[in-house]
Amino acid sequence: MSTTPLRLKELSKKKVLLTGGHRLCSGCGAPIAIRQILLAAEMPIVAANATGCLEVSTTIYPYSAWKIPWIHTAFENAAATISGVEAMYRALKKKGRITERIKFIAFGGDGGTYDIGFQSLSGAMERGHDIVYICYDNEAYMNTGIQRSSATPLGANTTTSPAGSVIPGKMQPRKNLTKIMVAHGIPYVAQTTPAHWRDLMTKVRKALEVDGPAFINILASCNRGWRTPTDRAIQDSKLAVDTCFWPLYEYENGRLTINYKPKEKKPVVEFLKTQGRFKHLFSPQNEYLLERAQEIVDKEWEALLREEAMWKAEEEKKEQ
Amino acid sequence: MGKKLAVTGNQAIAEAMRQINPDVCAAYPITPSTEVMQRFASFVANGKVDTELVTVESEHSAMSACIGASAAGGRVMTATSSQGLALMWEMLHIASGMRLPVVMTLVNRALSAPINIHGDHSDGMGARDCGWIQLWSENAQEAYDNLIQAIRIAEHDDVRLPAMVCMDGFIISHSIESMEFLSDDVVKEFIGEFKPKNPLLDVNNPVTYGPLVLPDFFMEFKRQQHEAMLNAKDVVLQVAKEFEKVSGRSYGLFEEYRLDDAEIAIVVLNSAAGTCKDVVDEYRDRGIKVGLLKPRLFRPFPYKEVADALSGAKVIGAYLTGLTPLVVSDQCTWRLPQP
Repeated sequence: MSTTPLRLKELSKKKVLLTGGHRLCSGCGAPIAIRQILLAAEMPIVAANATGCLEVSTTIYPYSAWKIPWIHTAFENAAATISGVEAMYRALKKKGRITERIKFIAFGGDGGTYDIGFQSLSGAMERGHDIVYICYDNEAYMNTGIQRSSATPLGANTTTSPAGSVIPGKMQPRKNLTKIMVAHGIPYVAQTTPAHWRDLMTKVRKALEVDGPAFINILASCNRGWRTPTDRAIQDSKLAVDTCFWPLYEYENGRLTINYKPKEKKPVVEFLKTQGRFKHLFSPQNEYLLERAQEIVDKEWEALLREEAMWKAEEEKKEQ
Repeated sequence: MGKKLAVTGNQAIAEAMRQINPDVCAAYPITPSTEVMQRFASFVANGKVDTELVTVESEHSAMSACIGASAAGGRVMTATSSQGLALMWEMLHIASGMRLPVVMTLVNRALSAPINIHGDHSDGMGARDCGWIQLWSENAQEAYDNLIQAIRIAEHDDVRLPAMVCMDGFIISHSIESMEFLSDDVVKEFIGEFKPKNPLLDVNNPVTYGPLVLPDFFMEFKRQQHEAMLNAKDVVLQVAKEFEKVSGRSYGLFEEYRLDDAEIAIVVLNSAAGTCKDVVDEYRDRGIKVGLLKPRLFRPFPYKEVADALSGAKVIGAYLTGLTPLVVSDQCTWRLPQP
């Protein structure tokens, strides 16, 4: 089967598998990412979806925006649900009742992935199912009205970590879920954003080609929660990458590649200052949090650079 | 033909599962049902079944994977007990609401606290209103027979609901008793091929499972689910009739023991019914008209039939294995004259 080249002209000829008419907010990053994912896939996909914005807004009965087989069961179990679907696929394939090659994707937001769905995600990855888990990370529980999750970055103002006069927003840095998934030793792990569509689609294709579990973490902005105008999704995603707040990287069989290194790494305040959720950080008494935010970004970015350099040095050594 | 063997309740269940040969099993260990899946895992490891066994990281994931697998379009089974069923609770409603014919063995065990690995019925009773068909079993033979029939009941076109077969932890699950097995061929023929309905894996006809249904349609779904549950009663009897033909063992909605002319009736579930039958005999020997009713189909509960069967009794007592604090009033208890 020929593969559609990752060119807009060619891709625009493909069938749209998440139709318009869904009720996600204008300016939401999630459906942009989902459309790119489904456009990238070159084989039939069956998807499971954790409870969340994407799920409730795309399937208001009797309508469904999904042109692929899709299942939602609960919040914390998209990975377990898709495990069952994939297991049935293997069972029926073994018996010759299915001959097609089908691939399986689970979608979850950061709440359904970093927090409540963490156990079922970890279990599914360890069991080695041939599935791709895709987290669209908008950095808080947006569906229930912007509550902090373990993906919410330091200092963010959310409805359960409000910027008050005593406590200035969320006091903990976010959990690095992508790295935790790398620690599972699965064949493919990556991070990307919908602003980097070619990068995103290449990664989706790699994840789908892998025989075994793969995980992709996609930063997907939420203008409601980030307190930004509705036309900022793509620009803010770019800023997240240019400031190294959300680096683009991938692990193929444990080997790290940084997919994009900004020529000039922008200070993280460039990313923070456009968003209402960080507004309070710019008052003089909270400046220490801006410094701390920069330290966190620098630490992670430098660690990535060091690790990549280590891999390169090792490979050069082998070649000699 | 079938053979008679001395086995534990768990062995009987595992054997039924081997004969049923489901497409997918997803399970997590918990006492006293662990042995069911242990034995089944060895069937998988030794190629005695074609099943894909998903050894999940929790019972919540076990039921989630069962739901995913069932929606994908095949036969799905699992087993659990006590806390495991409690952890599944959220997903039990989702399996029934999605009309997925998952079949599960519940080896009854008390719910914590205090933690107790032995049996009462607080687990099964906690799942009483989850939309699952419940068949209760006095002994290993009944558990085995019920499990095979549960496949047919759950998958019946008029039903399409999940079903749970209950048997008592340890008293049945770990005690050895003599029972009769059907032959593999008879079971295979009795349960038939699984007929998928709108399977997820039919990629040419994509379906959406588990959409958001708001008040405009919610009651439509729930009403249909209710109708299906009501249909289950007739299907249980119909399947029992067919089962009798292949096994020689007859089943109804409940069992009546010396109930015909009984003035005092006791209603007892599961293994305690066996003990109570001896007590009934003792009282009968003394000329006291005592009888017993042992429910088999507990969900949907056959209210009318049970009421009719008990209509002749002046006193009716219900023996509950497991106290639900503050629900059972002292006035409900009754005393027999001491033998």
